[in-house]
Amino acid sequence: MSRTTLRTLLVFVAFAVVVMVLPAFVNDFRAQQFSYVGIYLIALIGLDILTGYTGQISLGHGAFMAIGGYTTAILMIDHGVKDIATIPIAILVAGVAGVLFGFPAARLSGLYLALATFGIAVATPELIKRFEGFTGGGSGVNLFGTPELTASLTPVRLAGVELNFNNWLYYLAWTLALAGYVIAWLILRGRTGRAFRAVRDSETAAVSSGVSLTRMKVIAFGISAAYAGAAGAMFAIATTYVNPDTFPVALSIFLLVGVVVGGLGSLKGLVVGAVFIQFMPLWTQSISKKPGAPAVVYGVILILVVLALPGGASGLVSRVTQLVRRGQDFPKP
Amino acid sequence: MSALLELRDVEARYGPVQALRGVSIDVPEGAVVAVLGANGAGKTTTLRAVSGTVRRSGEILLAGKPLRGGPEAAAKAGVAHVPEGRGTFTELSVVENLRLGAYTRRERSVKADIERMADHFPWISDRGEQRAGTLSGGEQQMLALARALMSRPRLLMLDEPSLGLAPLIVREIFRIVRELNEKEGLTVLVVEQDARIALNAAATAYVLEVGKVAVSGSSAELRDDEAVRRSYLGY
Amino acid sequence: MTVFFQQVVSGLAAGGVYGALALALVLIHRATGVINFAQGEMATFSTYILWTLTANHGVSYWPAFAVTMLVSFVGGIGIHQAVIRPVERGSQIRVVIVTIGLLLLLNGLMTFIWTGEIRAVDSPFPGGTLDVHGVVISYRDIGTIAVCLGAVVVLWAFFQFTKVGLALRAAAVNPAEARLVGIRVTWMLGLGWGLAAVLGATAGVLTAPSVFLDPNMMQTVLIYAFAAAVLGGIDSPIGAVVGGLILGVGLNLLGAYVDFVSELRLPAALLVILVVLLLRPAGLFGTPQVKKV
Repeated sequence: MSRTTLRTLLVFVAFAVVVMVLPAFVNDFRAQQFSYVGIYLIALIGLDILTGYTGQISLGHGAFMAIGGYTTAILMIDHGVKDIATIPIAILVAGVAGVLFGFPAARLSGLYLALATFGIAVATPELIKRFEGFTGGGSGVNLFGTPELTASLTPVRLAGVELNFNNWLYYLAWTLALAGYVIAWLILRGRTGRAFRAVRDSETAAVSSGVSLTRMKVIAFGISAAYAGAAGAMFAIATTYVNPDTFPVALSIFLLVGVVVGGLGSLKGLVVGAVFIQFMPLWTQSISKKPGAPAVVYGVILILVVLALPGGASGLVSRVTQLVRRGQDFPKP
Repeated sequence: MSALLELRDVEARYGPVQALRGVSIDVPEGAVVAVLGANGAGKTTTLRAVSGTVRRSGEILLAGKPLRGGPEAAAKAGVAHVPEGRGTFTELSVVENLRLGAYTRRERSVKADIERMADHFPWISDRGEQRAGTLSGGEQQMLALARALMSRPRLLMLDEPSLGLAPLIVREIFRIVRELNEKEGLTVLVVEQDARIALNAAATAYVLEVGKVAVSGSSAELRDDEAVRRSYLGY
Repeated sequence: MTVFFQQVVSGLAAGGVYGALALALVLIHRATGVINFAQGEMATFSTYILWTLTANHGVSYWPAFAVTMLVSFVGGIGIHQAVIRPVERGSQIRVVIVTIGLLLLLNGLMTFIWTGEIRAVDSPFPGGTLDVHGVVISYRDIGTIAVCLGAVVVLWAFFQFTKVGLALRAAAVNPAEARLVGIRVTWMLGLGWGLAAVLGATAGVLTAPSVFLDPNMMQTVLIYAFAAAVLGGIDSPIGAVVGGLILGVGLNLLGAYVDFVSELRLPAALLVILVVLLLRPAGLFGTPQVKKV
C-alpha cells in the first residue's frame, strides 16, 4: 500500500472513531444535529460524484432525495416495511430514476443542464402534490409513532447498548455515511473514477480514449441519485414526516452549495460542506434574528467562499498541508 | 530613419513554457520588417508581446515611449494587430467590422475611410451587409487588413497572413501591403512561415529559433546566403 | 371569440414582461456566459426602490421611475464588477453558486430592509378598459405592452446604431479580438449587466401593480423568463422577446381553455424548459451548437 493511501486510511479510521464515540460527549440535541450532518454527507458524496468528478451540474438533487424519502415513507405506511429494510429499496428506486434521467440529461451540458435540473427541483414539490393518491399530497405522510420506525416508541438494543431514537438515528446515519464514503472512494480511484474525470476534463479526449460519454454520465447520474435516495430515506426516517415541502428547491441548491464549500472533485472536504449546510442557518440566526438577516449572511459567505476559496474546504486543507510540507523540506545542496 | 518600434530583451511565457527568451528587434519608421522561423519559434508571441496580449518583460518602445498595458492601450497608441486566424468578427457584418476597426478614433470621418477601403478592396462596397463569417478565407484576410487600416495605425502587425490561403490571394495581399508601405509610408511588422514571399516584401528580416533571434539582416543578405536559406528558411 | 382575443392581449402583456426579463437573461448570457439566477431578485429590488420613492418620499411616478432605472443601471454594473468579474469565464458551477449567493443576499436584504409585508405599487397607467368590438382590453395591458416593446426597440436601436452598442456586441462574441481594436471589454460587459438590470427593473415595475410587491415577487416570473429564454434560444435576443410573447399568450390560453386547476401554468412552463432542452436545445432562434465528438 502506498504511503498516501496508508495516510488516508489512518485519517479515515481516526475520523470514524471520533464519529462513533461523539454521542457520549454531546447532548441529545447536538447528536441529532450531527445525525443530519451525516445524512447530508451521504447526499453530498453523491452529488460530488456527479458534479465534482464527472462535471455534470445538478441543481435538482433534492428531487432524488424526495424519491428516496417518499419510497421509504410509502413502504413503511402502506406496506408495513421496517424502516431499515426500506433503505436499500429507496436506494434502488432513486438509482433507477437517476439512470433514466441520465439518458436525456447526457445530451445537455453546462448551463443547459443546470437549467433543466433547476426546473426539476422547482417542479418536484408540485408533482408530489399532484400525485396525491400516491404520495398523500399536501398533507404528506406521517411516520411518527409507527411500529415500523425503529426505536421510535421504545429504545432499541444494539450490541448490548440501549439506544434511544436520536442516538439510534445518529449511528444509522453515520454507518451509512461512512460506508458510502468508502464505497465512493473505491469507485473513484478505479477505472470508473478515471473515466468520470476524463468526461469532466475533456469530452473530446475522453471519447478518443474510448470512453463512452453517455454511458459514463448515465452511470454517474445513477450512482449519485442512489446516494441521494439513501439520504432522502434517512431524511424521512429522521424527520418522521414527509410532505412536499420537505424537499424544496432550496434543498437542491444547498446541496450544491455544500459540495462547493466542501470542495468539488474531492471527497475529504465534504464533511465540512455537510456541517456548513446543517449549521450555517443556525449560526447566521445567532448573528441577527431579524428576518432576512440569515439569508444575507448566508449569501455573503457563499460568495466569499467561491471568490476566495476556489477549492473549498479541501482546497484550503491541501494548501495548508503543502505549506507545512514545504517548511519541512531541507534545502537541496 | 529612426526606429518606430524597438524590442529589447523581451521575454514572455505561457504558464511554465518560456516562449521568448530575450528577443531584440528594431523596426524603422516606414519599413517593412519580417519575422521568420519554424513553428513554435516564438513569432506569434513576439507580436502578442507588442500588443500586450501576453504578459512580457523587457522593454518595448513605440516611437521612443514605453508601450505598456494590454491590447486596448496598444490599440490606442496606434498599433494595429491582425492576429493569427484573422480575428474577424464573424457574426458581424463587413461594414460593422470596419466600423470597429476605427473604434479608437474620435473623428467623424469614419464613413469616408470606409469608402477609402473600398478603393483598396473593391468588393467591400457590394458586400457591406454580408456576415463576415460567410466570406471566403482570402476575403476575410483582406477584411482583417482593412479593419486594421481603419484605425490609421502607426504600426501594422500581421500574423501569418498567408495561412490557409491560395498563393494567388497571398500574393495579392502582400502586393497591397507593399503598396501601402510605399505610397503611405505605413510601417509593417509581418510574421510569416512562407519566408520567400515575406523576404520579397520586407526590407529586413529576423529569424527566430526557440524564442531567440538566430539570424537577422537585410532581406537581400538573407536571400543570398545559401547556408541561412537552407537551415533557417527552408529553401 | 372575444374571450380568445382578451386572453391573447393580456397574454401579450404578461409575455412582454417575461420577454423583458428573458432579454435581460440573454443579454447577460451572451456577454458574460453567465446564467444569472439572481435576475429576479435584482428586479424586485429595483421595484422596492420605486415603491420607496413613491410611497415613502412622495416622489411622483415618472421621475421615480427614471431614478429607479438609473440606480438599477449603476447597481448592475456594480454587481458585475464586484462579484461576477472574478468568476466570469471560469467554471460554470462557481458562477452558478455566485449568482445563487446573490439571490439569497438580495432576497434577505429586501426582507431585512422592507420586511415581508406585501406592498401596493401604483401603475403609471390609468385603470379602466377599452372596448374594441366587444373585446375588453385594459389600459394597463396596453401600457405594459407599449413599455416592453419600447424598451426592446430602444435597446435594439442602441445595439444596431451606436458605436458603444456595436462595441458591446463585439465584446460579447469575440472578447480577444475586441481588445485588439481597443475596446475595453470589461467595461462593456459591465455595461451589459447594467442594461440587463434596467430591463429587469422594467419587468419588475410592470409586474408589481397586479401581483403586489413582496421579496419573492419575481421568483415565478423568473421561471417563466427562463422558459421564454430557453424557448427562444438562450443566446438570441429576438428569441427571448418572441419566446416571452409566445409563452405569455400560450399560458393564458391554456389557463382559459383547459379545465384543470389554474395552477397548471408553472408546471407547464417547466415542461417547456425540459422539452425544448431535450429536443432542440438551441431554441427557436438559436444556432444549434455542433459538438463533434
